[in-house]
Amino acid sequence: MADLTCQEFVELVTDYLEGALDEDTTTRFEQHLASCPGCETYLNQMKETASRLGEIPTETLSEEMQSRLLAAFRDFHR
Amino acid sequence: MVTSSTDDAIVAGVRSGDEAVFAQLLNDWSRSMLLLARTFVSTDASAEEVVQDTWLAVIGGIDRFEGRSSLRTWVYRVLVNTAKKRGLRESRTVPWSSLATADEFPGPTLESALFRDATDRYPGHWRSFPAQWRSPEAMVLDGEVRTQVRTAIDALPERQRIVITLRDMMGHSSDEVCEMLQVTGANQRVLLHRARAAVRTHLAPYLTDGSSAEADGVA
Repeated sequence: MADLTCQEFVELVTDYLEGALDEDTTTRFEQHLASCPGCETYLNQMKETASRLGEIPTETLSEEMQSRLLAAFRDFHR
Repeated sequence: MVTSSTDDAIVAGVRSGDEAVFAQLLNDWSRSMLLLARTFVSTDASAEEVVQDTWLAVIGGIDRFEGRSSLRTWVYRVLVNTAKKRGLRESRTVPWSSLATADEFPGPTLESALFRDATDRYPGHWRSFPAQWRSPEAMVLDGEVRTQVRTAIDALPERQRIVITLRDMMGHSSDEVCEMLQVTGANQRVLLHRARAAVRTHLAPYLTDGSSAEADGVA
């Protein structure tokens, strides 16, 4: 079984993180990872990208809109 | 955050007009609904209207919820349908049925120039390793980086933008996303992969360790 190249490795990163690789490919992926600092960096940066996106604070509905929707809910059940 | 195990109680509350239950839902779900809506329409104001129309549809239509999916999935599907109708008017949306056509996936996620070519002793290996990023502990996402995240996500093809928003910004599982968008797991992974790779490449120059001589992406 041929070793993975780095270029092949980077295309398998998401499938690996999602647990979607078959057993044989997982083994080759992990063997490459263990011996290649560049790919280890890349994998960690892809993980970090994903987790950092979850930290971005986001807007919610305006107070005005929330009161309007609560009023609509109240009216519907009147 | 509301979980599916409490779905029955929530549905009963919304059906019977329990205002506290509805207010809690509004509070818990509206942020991520806005984020999702924003991927279909071109302004924040339009996104807010999509979320408003979705909640109105939920208020009026909760009796039609049959419990075959989680309540959240059902509500998000209402939102996607509402947003698509509006997105079509703003001509921003692409039909999901044309998912995974070849033109959306034109080759590798990283430039081939980053890797050694066939004439090299180690073809397909890094020319130079990706530059290290500052350690996560030392790195607070400052305003600049947040702006760049927004820019990177806005620049993605639509379906990639929607999937990365749902998965990474909103924290939905892959099963939930597949159900909401009616795509296969494999399609979802391809979209997520391309989206994450593009965002990573975009962010790299902003996150690179200052002591590292070489900027990422430069061979």
